[in-house]
Amino acid sequence: MDLFIQTLDSAIRLSTPLIFACLAGLYSERAGIFDIGLEGKMLAGAFAAGAAAAVAGTSPNAIVASNAAWIGLFAGVLTSVAFGLIHGFASITQRGNQIVSGVAINFLAAGLTVLLGDVWFHQGGRTPQLTVDGRFRGVEFDNLQQLGTVGDLLQAILGPIVAIPVVGPLFQQLVLGHNLLVYLAFLAVPLTWWIVYRTRFGLRLRAVGENPAAVDTAGISVIWLRYRAVIVCGVLCGFAGAYLSIAQSVGFTKDMSAGRGFIALAALIFAKWRPWPALGACFLFGFLDAGANILQGRDLPLIGAIPVQFIQALPYVLTVVLLAGFIGKAIPPKAGGVPYVKEQ
Amino acid sequence: MSVPYARLPGWADYGLIPLLNVTAAFLVSGLVVLVIGENPIEAVRILVWGALGWGEGIGFTLYYATNFIFTGLAVAVAFHAGLFNIGGEGQAYLGGLGAALVALTLDSVVPWWITFPLAILASALFGAFWAAIPAWLQAYRGSHIVITTIMFNFIGASIMVWLLVDHLSPPGSMAPETRTFEAGAQLPKLDGLFALFGLDIGGSPVNITLFLALVAAYFVYLLIWRTRLGYEIRTTGLNPTAGVYAGISPARIIIIAMLISGALAGMMALNPVMGEQYRLQLDLAGGAGFVGIAVALMGRSHPIGVVLAAILFGVLYQGGAELAFEMPKITRDMIVVIQGLVILFAGALEHMFRPALGRMFANAGRPAGAAAGGAS
Repeated sequence: MDLFIQTLDSAIRLSTPLIFACLAGLYSERAGIFDIGLEGKMLAGAFAAGAAAAVAGTSPNAIVASNAAWIGLFAGVLTSVAFGLIHGFASITQRGNQIVSGVAINFLAAGLTVLLGDVWFHQGGRTPQLTVDGRFRGVEFDNLQQLGTVGDLLQAILGPIVAIPVVGPLFQQLVLGHNLLVYLAFLAVPLTWWIVYRTRFGLRLRAVGENPAAVDTAGISVIWLRYRAVIVCGVLCGFAGAYLSIAQSVGFTKDMSAGRGFIALAALIFAKWRPWPALGACFLFGFLDAGANILQGRDLPLIGAIPVQFIQALPYVLTVVLLAGFIGKAIPPKAGGVPYVKEQ
Repeated sequence: MSVPYARLPGWADYGLIPLLNVTAAFLVSGLVVLVIGENPIEAVRILVWGALGWGEGIGFTLYYATNFIFTGLAVAVAFHAGLFNIGGEGQAYLGGLGAALVALTLDSVVPWWITFPLAILASALFGAFWAAIPAWLQAYRGSHIVITTIMFNFIGASIMVWLLVDHLSPPGSMAPETRTFEAGAQLPKLDGLFALFGLDIGGSPVNITLFLALVAAYFVYLLIWRTRLGYEIRTTGLNPTAGVYAGISPARIIIIAMLISGALAGMMALNPVMGEQYRLQLDLAGGAGFVGIAVALMGRSHPIGVVLAAILFGVLYQGGAELAFEMPKITRDMIVVIQGLVILFAGALEHMFRPALGRMFANAGRPAGAAAGGAS
């Protein structure tokens, strides 16, 4: 049981970057822009966040140094959006092949992060280890006072829940004590649902991914709408990247996204491009990842040792099975991948 | 915005535009070098010398080029059928398994020239097999081949790690690799051949797989432009609906094109596995599957273009290694950046210079007097 809770706790942390990246892909692909560059944007965001937070953390200016994590997050988002705009320029303005553009983004990010990291910090592509203020850290319930008034308030609100027998400790272990970005990721899901299904922007976003000509006829700019989708995608990938380098770890390391962008893409397909199922798919894949870590080298009753590689490959296998139409059918937005040309 | 692209003369379409695109990619690469704080011109000098200025450098350049010819052709064949095969990396990885299984069985029994053809067959078969499932899913279930081939890269990598760690490594060894092949599975190097021309290629690993790659390029040319099947592949790629009216089954073409593509990618593994390392190792494709995308785009999916682009990327890989040695600020990751820029400019932004060029040609092509009365 302890092991199970431990796995769940780890799954929450591992699924956070997946959720950000998956929702990022959702905005882009729902608007008709395929994005296999999630991985690259995440990596670029992670590097920028790690680099900026490291530099700001050692700044002599006390205000800068104490807000290093936020500066890092901002830099990560900005960089990721810049990469997103390259993708947007290629696939919206220049009407280029969106897959090819995504591949290019992934290569650019993989190369530039290590190249620049090595030149700037001389640590073989790593960024320097972050200071305490350079990271988003989780705060345990008992230490909430350090946050000042907000902490006191939280402690007052959460106190009764924690005090409940059985449920309380579980709640404390699973829900509390994560860093801020984890909560933001889980909040981004209902927010995305609301934006996509309950706002005018969301309606148009979905329409432009299905039938851009109709949107155009209604007098709405297809190009501007798609650019906005690509920018939102960049922002969320920046969060995913920043989480990797300045929340989960203490700095950027070479290729630290390690295929998570593709897992997020798989999750997006698995969720059939919908926000709530996206949360489910990301959590499932995060749980598998956590399970692979914990099961490594252990014997399961009845089955024996499962090769870790099998669990690691499971998200991809499941996605292929889904794509094959054996468990429901994943139908992408109709206009996905097709550049929009007026009057044709 | 929505003006269709002007028609350009053939030489501009196939010569000038690719040249402009690649030049743009290299100019931006030069900017990156400047940002790093090195001299781009000096960097190019070191790079070119490192790749082509001495025997061993040339040998390594051709060794890398061999890999890229195979993966470039693999992507190109799929492109002709209108398919984007991103799975070259995984297909090459599995191809390595095929080659290694043949090598491990026969290496102490028969000489290399009997092992080699069987290994070619096995690597092609395994590569084709790894492309077959995504192909079938695309053809009959409509699953997007880009996504499935990406997934198959990861699945393939997992399988290979599992096999190498748990099954193929010799007992008692901790390293995730097979035993070293005996002489019966070691392909001859080309040092003797180059020595005939007075070139000492030193210890470079270029081997007879290079000729296999060139033969493959020639066969791809024949296939695409001189056979009925090639015609059907191109028709399906350009306009599947027209193909259907002509009696061409798109599903059949998708599967055949992907099998050929996978086989080509699979054969790439012969070069590192039997030509250099003499064993099966983790990550043997080393990104060559992805370089194939850049090579095919740059070579415009024509075998001659692919061979030339593969040599250029061979130069970049070998020269890049020398560059990293001479200018420690420029690590080998610079090659990945250049690769990304080539894919961006020659692939995703391929039409960027077209409108301006079209206008230029339209203006130049109009006789001076006709311009005024051209309205009628």
